[in-house]
Amino acid sequence: MRTRATRGVLLALLPSSVLAGCTGWQSAFDAQGASAISIKQLMVLMVVICSVVWALVIAVLIRALWRGREQVERSIGPDPVIERRTARVVVAAVTATVIVLAVFTVVSFFTTRALTLAGHDDLTIKVRGQQWWWGLEYLGPTPDERFETANEIHIPVGRNVRLQLEGIDVIHSLWVPGLAGKQDLIPGRRNELTLRAERPGAYRGQCSEFCGLQHAHMALLVIAEQQETFDQWMRSQRERATDPSDAEIAAGQQVFLSRPCAACHAIRGTSATGTNGPDLTHVGGRRYIAAGLLETTRGSLAAWISDPQTLKPGNNMPMVALSADELRSVSAYLASLK
Amino acid sequence: MRILLVSLGVAAATAGCQREERQLRVDPPVAAALDSITLMPNGISGAPPEIYFALDRPYETNAYNLSQGKRLYSWFGCKGCHADGQGGAGPAFLDGWWNYGPEIVSIFASIRDGRPHGMPAFRDKMTTEQIWQLAGYVQTIGAYSIKTAAPGRNDEKQTRPAENRGPAAKRFDEGPTPIHLDQGPVP
Repeated sequence: MRTRATRGVLLALLPSSVLAGCTGWQSAFDAQGASAISIKQLMVLMVVICSVVWALVIAVLIRALWRGREQVERSIGPDPVIERRTARVVVAAVTATVIVLAVFTVVSFFTTRALTLAGHDDLTIKVRGQQWWWGLEYLGPTPDERFETANEIHIPVGRNVRLQLEGIDVIHSLWVPGLAGKQDLIPGRRNELTLRAERPGAYRGQCSEFCGLQHAHMALLVIAEQQETFDQWMRSQRERATDPSDAEIAAGQQVFLSRPCAACHAIRGTSATGTNGPDLTHVGGRRYIAAGLLETTRGSLAAWISDPQTLKPGNNMPMVALSADELRSVSAYLASLK
Repeated sequence: MRILLVSLGVAAATAGCQREERQLRVDPPVAAALDSITLMPNGISGAPPEIYFALDRPYETNAYNLSQGKRLYSWFGCKGCHADGQGGAGPAFLDGWWNYGPEIVSIFASIRDGRPHGMPAFRDKMTTEQIWQLAGYVQTIGAYSIKTAAPGRNDEKQTRPAENRGPAAKRFDEGPTPIHLDQGPVP
């Protein structure tokens, strides 16, 4: 008795645990972008029609099994009435199959065509996938409107945004399930993807093509916001880094510039111009560091700098031996770069 | 009896499936010890620290370290002067001629401290581990004997045979190019 009750509870929990992934900021079922909505509609249509077909097939099969038992005693040999009826059923089933497949083909053709929306006048962002983070370059009509950032894409709501996707080392794939479908980032090739968020919010995306040790920790955030907020964000991102406001932060800047940090990272407005690692000009203003690994706080910055290989083993950030004072001041400096 | 034989067979077949160890994190004391090399007074040749041998020469024999070195080779702009090993503004690695000797410790010192006539010091740009990785890769480019460990493949167009295709000196027997003032007489 008790085992049966347990089994019942487990059976009831199974679908709910399966469906638990259907909401949230990284779900194709919670579609808030133009492409994601049309993909979701196509998916729902296919699932509904296929479920109906499956139910019909199973019903016919059950009926056939049931009737087969009754007719065991019947004489062998073709019966013209049954033959005609069988022929009608086969023709009807074939016709229905052709119609269903034709509908699927036409609907998916139009869905696919609706996915490429953005033109050349739209906001364009170059996305460089590399082990294991996302480099972003907002392109503009003039060079001083361009700027670099990483792992956090801001877009205006209700507008098409064109992403130019490039792979730096191996093949990666960008998937923000709430906004659009998947698109690969392939070395030596440029793919395009259009994002269009219909509602403001934060949408999480992830690399969806296995790309090495830290593939699972290669996330990015798409933040869709109203046009005014977005314009304000873009203006502040174009600015150079803020100057140190106190002695500790100034000491941190000195540490950053004199140690290997500056060889790989750029902070605009200083002598740090490395391009191998993420641009840190406004790192303190981003929600996460290390491609979605840790929330940006002074503590997590210090943890990351002091031992990146324990937090994200195999990533390309080396462990730079710093003294406690140096670590304290450099984390204060990076956290101050809003 | 049969079960025993089958399990023995499986064990024998999978005995070779051991994967090479990847040392992803070097403890800070180990890194500090790796930095203390001993060089000859003229800056050519010398001895790596004892810990280098205790670790079983990881930067010459480990494929992961060589691959990391290959990445650092392009990250830190070595190609600007040394191309893919053919040389340019800087000396070539492929001709089998080493201005400061083929020992890894000389290459390490060249990268860390720089050399006269244009080789910059990377002491403040790279960590000790990275310099070792890069030195191991540079040595592989111009190795005299075939190494069993090889770095990752190129994605770009090949400008020379892969690093593990055999000794550089045999493949490119063009004789040394006297581009370096300290190089001495051509043998």
